[in-house]
Amino acid sequence: MSALVTPRHHAGIGRVRRALSYWVRNSTLALAIVALTAALSPANAMKIQVVTSPGGITAWLVEAHEVPLIAMRFAFEGGSVQDPKDKNGVAYFVSGMLDEGAGELNSVAFQERLEETATRMNFDATRDVFIGNFQTLTKNAGESFELLRLALNEPRFDQDAVDRIRQQILAGLEFDSNDPENVAAREWYKLAFADHPYALPVKGTKETVGAIGADNLKSYAKRVFARDTLKVAVVGDIDAETLAKVLDEVFGGLPESGDLTSVPEAKPPVGPQEKLVEMNIPQSVAQFGHSAFKRDDDDFIASYMLNYILGGGGFSSRLMEEVREKRGLAYSVYSYVHPYERAAIYAGNVATKSDAIGTSLDVIRGEIGRMAESGPSKEELQKAKQYLTGSYALRFDTNSKIASQLIWIQLQNLGLDYIDKRNDLINAVSLDDVKRVAKRLLKADGLIITIVGKPESSPKKPVRG
Amino acid sequence: MIDYLPGLLVLRMAALAACVVFASGALNVAAAEVAVGPKAKNFKLANGMDVVVIPDRRAPVVTHMVWYRVGSADEAPGSSGIAHFLEHLMFKGTEKIPPGEFSKIIAANGGQDNAFTSQDATAYFQRVSKENLPLVMEIEADRMANLRLDEKSVLTERDVILEERRSRVDNDPSSILNEQLMAALYQSHPYGIPVIGWRHEIAELDRSDALSFYSKYYAPNNAILVVAGDVDADEVKALAEKTYAKVKKNGKITTRARPKEPPHQAGVRLTLEDPRAGKATLQRLYIAPSYASAKEGEAEALDMLMKIAASGTTSRLYKKLVVEQKKAASAGGWFSGTGLDSGRLGFAIVVGGKTPIEDVERAMDDVIEEIKDKGVTQKELDRAREAYIADLVYSSDSQTRLAQRYGWAMATGRSVEAVEAWPERLKKVTVEDVNKVARTYFDLKQSATGYLLPTEKKATKSADDTRNGKS
Repeated sequence: MSALVTPRHHAGIGRVRRALSYWVRNSTLALAIVALTAALSPANAMKIQVVTSPGGITAWLVEAHEVPLIAMRFAFEGGSVQDPKDKNGVAYFVSGMLDEGAGELNSVAFQERLEETATRMNFDATRDVFIGNFQTLTKNAGESFELLRLALNEPRFDQDAVDRIRQQILAGLEFDSNDPENVAAREWYKLAFADHPYALPVKGTKETVGAIGADNLKSYAKRVFARDTLKVAVVGDIDAETLAKVLDEVFGGLPESGDLTSVPEAKPPVGPQEKLVEMNIPQSVAQFGHSAFKRDDDDFIASYMLNYILGGGGFSSRLMEEVREKRGLAYSVYSYVHPYERAAIYAGNVATKSDAIGTSLDVIRGEIGRMAESGPSKEELQKAKQYLTGSYALRFDTNSKIASQLIWIQLQNLGLDYIDKRNDLINAVSLDDVKRVAKRLLKADGLIITIVGKPESSPKKPVRG
Repeated sequence: MIDYLPGLLVLRMAALAACVVFASGALNVAAAEVAVGPKAKNFKLANGMDVVVIPDRRAPVVTHMVWYRVGSADEAPGSSGIAHFLEHLMFKGTEKIPPGEFSKIIAANGGQDNAFTSQDATAYFQRVSKENLPLVMEIEADRMANLRLDEKSVLTERDVILEERRSRVDNDPSSILNEQLMAALYQSHPYGIPVIGWRHEIAELDRSDALSFYSKYYAPNNAILVVAGDVDADEVKALAEKTYAKVKKNGKITTRARPKEPPHQAGVRLTLEDPRAGKATLQRLYIAPSYASAKEGEAEALDMLMKIAASGTTSRLYKKLVVEQKKAASAGGWFSGTGLDSGRLGFAIVVGGKTPIEDVERAMDDVIEEIKDKGVTQKELDRAREAYIADLVYSSDSQTRLAQRYGWAMATGRSVEAVEAWPERLKKVTVEDVNKVARTYFDLKQSATGYLLPTEKKATKSADDTRNGKS
C-alpha cells in the first residue's frame, strides 16, 4: 500500500492541463497522504463479511447494492523489494504489463475487451506490495472477472508490448529526472536507506529498466502472484455466494505459495545528512525527514496525530501556518508519517523561490524542534482528535474508497474490528502521550534533507561544501 | 499500460477531459439498463441564488459547493490573476470568522475544504458529515457578503500565489509550453490569459483590486449552491432560507460578455527549447464549440470524435503512433467542452525514441486526415458511446463528482435538465454527425501547434556534497 501513500509526482504534460484549467487553493497532496497513511476508526456502521471460497481464498466483502458497480482491490506481498539485483524496476514494469495482453488476446484485443466491458483494471507496485485495482459494472461482471483472471494467470509479455511499455517507462524517467520534487525524493531515499532495497526507486533507473527482459517480468509474476500472501477486498453489488465462486475463478489457478526473497529490516534512517542537486529552476524544492515508528509500534497512532498537528493537517498544521500563512514562503508545505514494512519514515516537502529556500528550511527545522521540545497544546490535540475522528467517515463514501480502506487494514494486520475501534484509539491518546512521542520521534538536528534547485542563500546549516 | 507517465497522463487528462464531459453529462443513465440514484432537484431562492440538491444516501456525508459565475476570463485587462487571488483571500475571514480560521473550523468539525478557480467559474467546497451541513452553509453564506481583508495578509498571500505560479508553471516546461500555446491560440478572447495570471500582473494586484472584484461578482444571484449527499431538497431549502437567502442580491450583475474570437486566417506554430524538457513533446489545440456555445448535438459529437480519435489506448492515434508505428512513447487527446464561450480539441504526444518530431506530427496529421476523409465507423461510435455511459455510472460512485457535474454545467449557463438529458443526446449522435464535426473543426487555421524540445543540459548537475554526521 505504500506507493499509494508515497506522493506521486507527475512530470511533463501531466501538469499542463491541471495548470490550465484548475487552480486548487491547497495542493491536495498532503490531504491525500493523511487519508492514506491513516490509522483508522469507525464512522459508519458497515457490515464486513469474511468470505472464504471453496478453494480456500478469503476476501473481505461489503455488500452495497445502491449502485450497479463492483470494486475489488487486492494485494500480493512483494513490491519493488522483490526486484532482482541489478533489475530494479521489474515490479513496476510488471504493473504496466498486465493489461497488455493475456491468454489468446494480444495487447490491442485485450484493451478493446476491457473497453467493451467497461472494465477498469490497473496495477501498482509499491516498495512492499503489488496491488490490483479492479472495477466493473454488475451487468458485465462475468466477462470482466474473466479478463482479470487472464491478466493474473496468463499474462503474455509479448516482446512488442514489452518494448512499448519500456519506452513509456523510460520517457517517464526522463521527465522525472527534470522534476525537482521527484529528484528530491529519489535522492532522499538514497540517503535514508543506503544499501537497503528501499533506497532504490520503485520505477527503476534508465540503466536497470533498459536491462529488463520479458523473462524477468515472467519470473516476477510467477514468484509474487501466489495465494499465500494474497489479500482481497470487495465492495459493491455482489453477494457472498457469488463472490466465493469469483474468488476461485480469478485467483484459484495461482500457485499455493510464492517464492519470495527474504528482505531484511532496514536500518532506521538518521541524519543529519544533506545533499544539494543543482538544477536551473526559479523555485527550489526540498524533502526533509528521518525515521519514524512502524505500524505495530505502540506509539504509531500518537505519532500520526502528532504529525497531523505539525505538518499533516493542511491549514490546521503548524508548518502551513508558519511557512505559508505567516510568511508567504511557499504554496505547499506538508509532512507525513509512513510506515513501510521494514522501516518507517517521517518526511515532508517544501518548495520556495530559490533565494529563500534556506529560510523555509530554517522555519521548518525550528517548528520540528519546538514541537519536540514542548509538544502540542491541549487545544491543538483536541482539534486534531475532532478532525481525525470526525473525518473518518469521509474515507468510506464510495465503493472504491471503502475497498481501499479494507485492503490497507488487512495489509497492516489491524483486524476485522479495526474500523469500530479506530476512533476510540485516537481519543485515548493523552496530551502526555503526544508530548512524550514528540520527544521520541522528532529530531530537528537529525534531519535528512535533499534540496533540488539553485539556492542563493544557504540555510543556517550550510548545504554546500 | 503505464498510467502515470506523462503521455498517459494525457489519458489521465483525457480522464480529466472526461470529467469535463461528465460536468456536462447527466446523473441518470435514463434509458440505459442501469438507473443511478435519484435525480437532482433544483430551485431558486428569492434573491436569485440557484440551488441543486443531489441525494446520495449511502454514507452520512455531504458535499457542499458554492459556485460563482465568474472566472479568470472575466478579469479586467491588466489584472490577470485577480479571480484566483480573491479565491485564496476568501479564506482570510469576516467579522464573525477570525483571519485564517475558516479552514480550521471546518477541520475541527471533521471536515475537509478547498476551492478552485477556472476560466469561467470559481468554486468553494466542503466535505462534512451531514450534521455539519448547517455550519458550513452558515459560514459560506457569511463570506459571500462579509469578507474582511487586511493589507498585510493580502500581501503575504500574494507571495504564496507567486510561489504557486513557480511550482505549477515556471518549474515545469510543459506548463510553460501550454501557457504559450493558449496565449497564441486566442487572439482576442481572454481564454488566452492563464488562470493564475501573468507574473508581472500578479505582482501588482492589491487589496482594493480584490475587494472590487469581490463586490462586483460575489452575490447570491451570481452563485449556485450544490449539495450532494445524505440530504433531501426540503432540508437544504430550509437551511438555505436561514443562510444564503439572507444575503442581498446585487442588481448590477449582468450576463457575461467577453471579447469574441474572430475566425483565424492562419494557424500558429511555436517552439519552446528548454534543457529541462526531458523528451520532445508535441501539443496541438484547435478552437471548437463547447457544450454551452455549440449548436444542438455538436458538442456530443465532438466528445465522440475525440474519444474515437485520440482518447485512450484503443483510440486511433494511440494504436497508430504508439502500437503500430512506434513513433510515439505515448499519445492522447481530449475535447474540452465546459467553457462558456468556446471549447478546444487537444492532442499531446511524447516522441518515441529518436523519431524526428516533424515525423510524429505528420503521423498525427495522417490520423486526423483519415478521419476527415473516410470518417469513423459505426462500431467505433458504439464503443465510444458505451464507454462514456459507463464512465457516467462509475462517476456516480462519487458524490463529489456528481456535485461537480451539475455545478460546472450550471456555472456555464446550462440547466439541470440539460445535464440529465446528456445520455439521451449522446445516443442520438450518428456517424455522420461525428464526421461532420471532424471536417468542420479539425481546421489547421483555427489551431496552435507547439513543440517542446530538450536542449543540451549545462545547468543541471548533481553537486557531490553529500555530508554525513554532525556539521
